[in-house]
Amino acid sequence: MTFNTNLKNIFLVIFTTLILSACSTAKKSGNMDGDVYTGKETVKYLASGVPDRVFFATNKSSLTTASRATLRKQATYLRKNKKLNVTIEGHADERGTREYNLALGERRANAAKDYLMTYGISGKRISTISYGKEKPVNPASSTLAWSQNRRSVTVKVN
Amino acid sequence: MKKIFLTLTIYFISLNSLFALIEVDITRGNLDPLPIAVSPLHVDVKSGEHEGIKVKELGNNISAIIEKNFKNTGLFNPLKKEAFVQKPDIAHLKPRFEDWRLIKAQALVTGKLLVKDGKLKVEFRLWDLTAAKEMTALAFTTTPANWRRVAHIISDKIYERLTGEEGYFDTRIIYVAESGPKDQRVKKLGIMDQDGANTKYLTLGNELVLTPRFNPTNQMVTYLSYFRNMPRVYLLDIETGMQEVVGNFPGMTFAPRFSPDGKKIIMSFAEDGNSDIYTMDLETRVVERITNHSSIDTSPSFSPDGKYITFNSDRSGLQQIYVMRSDGSGVKRITFGTGIYGTPVWSPRGDLIAFTKVRKGRFYIGVMRTDGSGERLLTENFYQEAPSWSPNGRVLVFYRETKAGAKGEGFSATLWSIDITGYNERKLTTKTDASDPSWSSLLSK
Repeated sequence: MTFNTNLKNIFLVIFTTLILSACSTAKKSGNMDGDVYTGKETVKYLASGVPDRVFFATNKSSLTTASRATLRKQATYLRKNKKLNVTIEGHADERGTREYNLALGERRANAAKDYLMTYGISGKRISTISYGKEKPVNPASSTLAWSQNRRSVTVKVN
Repeated sequence: MKKIFLTLTIYFISLNSLFALIEVDITRGNLDPLPIAVSPLHVDVKSGEHEGIKVKELGNNISAIIEKNFKNTGLFNPLKKEAFVQKPDIAHLKPRFEDWRLIKAQALVTGKLLVKDGKLKVEFRLWDLTAAKEMTALAFTTTPANWRRVAHIISDKIYERLTGEEGYFDTRIIYVAESGPKDQRVKKLGIMDQDGANTKYLTLGNELVLTPRFNPTNQMVTYLSYFRNMPRVYLLDIETGMQEVVGNFPGMTFAPRFSPDGKKIIMSFAEDGNSDIYTMDLETRVVERITNHSSIDTSPSFSPDGKYITFNSDRSGLQQIYVMRSDGSGVKRITFGTGIYGTPVWSPRGDLIAFTKVRKGRFYIGVMRTDGSGERLLTENFYQEAPSWSPNGRVLVFYRETKAGAKGEGFSATLWSIDITGYNERKLTTKTDASDPSWSSLLSK
């Protein structure tokens, strides 16, 4: 079982690396890597150097290398501030059906939560909520806006 | 809905009118709508006053609603009243068929009404002008405040007589009324007659609400509310305003719909980020898990016999439509076309599933058979989704959103309807921006 899981993880890492390297050579332009937003325009900070959000590809809830780096910073910050609890909000762009987007936002918020938990943050400190496509940070109907709206945002609750 | 009609009496249906009379075929797009004359209902001179109602204009107002209903079907062409040759009271007694044929009318509606002692008495007749025969007639009594419903019920009866199908005019639509800028939208539950009249709001807009759906008797609504920032499925009694959370789930519940018998609510529940389909029996409160898969399973809808459920899932990698038995067994994927498929809704006739399809960045509303064959895309747009069936399974209502500019300007959300023939697409009248429409069943059934 453990062996299998480990094996799976290794494959997953190799696979992801392959995809990512493929993407980075394919289309990396301006604020986008593939269709994942990489800019800072909408980003806020939990503390200096700790971005509050990560971005996702269309219809995906998998974390990119950049997203993981951001979430590790959040984990470090949360470890230092033991009394702080957070809510992770999951969001989708406007280009999907409403109900599916609610589920997708939930999945994105939990992807971020799970990652924080693997870095030692108790699940009790993290709640999640999905807003689907209901709360765009950028109201435009453009590729850039949609990439900024596909996000999970970590919000302090106390 | 309270039984508001005191009496509903069919007093005459001509037997020899059962064959060889005019018929409207609604199974095809209608390029040649039936010319119909709707004579204003004659207002009986014995009519008294009634508070809040212009009794003298009631005959004209009722016939205007009937005409608008007919026009909106695309199947009928209501003729201009200026051309009418007979006075309403005389026409109602015995029309001079040749006079009406002269203005190219093929069917004629006549009627009269009396407002007396706080009651509204109405009768109407439908005449086949070619065969020179009465096709149907009906009389009923109600409270004068119901005069708009009288017009809708008359429309339904005539539609039924001429098409052989149940009508859909005496119905309401529940929807989400939207206002404010795109990134700070205020959303309330709105309810209106299918023609846009009698708009009421059922929530105040303090919290986000989405996806309202009627129960089969149109007394209850299930919807998603973010009350206290906890997205949960709620149940609302329209008349009393009482509402409650459905079930005791430790996470988001969403995408609710009633079972065809109204006893259960089917919905998605998101547990640790994964959405599966559940039902809850409203009486016993028993919760049943219907799907158990690591993919997103949502937008469930029962078949009208309650034996099957259609839903969308991304278990294949992308959102596609599936059908399973109502206990969750026998899951079968039914969409294989290019693009993604969502929001399947089973037709009240049982024969079709309506859906949203997204392909190459465009959104389509379509219908297909329940095994996925015979896909027909009815309308294409920048963004549209969430079809809901008219009670006779002939028309779909859905919502559309426009492309917004850099600051969200130019954004709008509107309700639209289209016949399943793909013809007769039209925008519904709403007081505000609107989305997530759900069509009631016939109120007077």
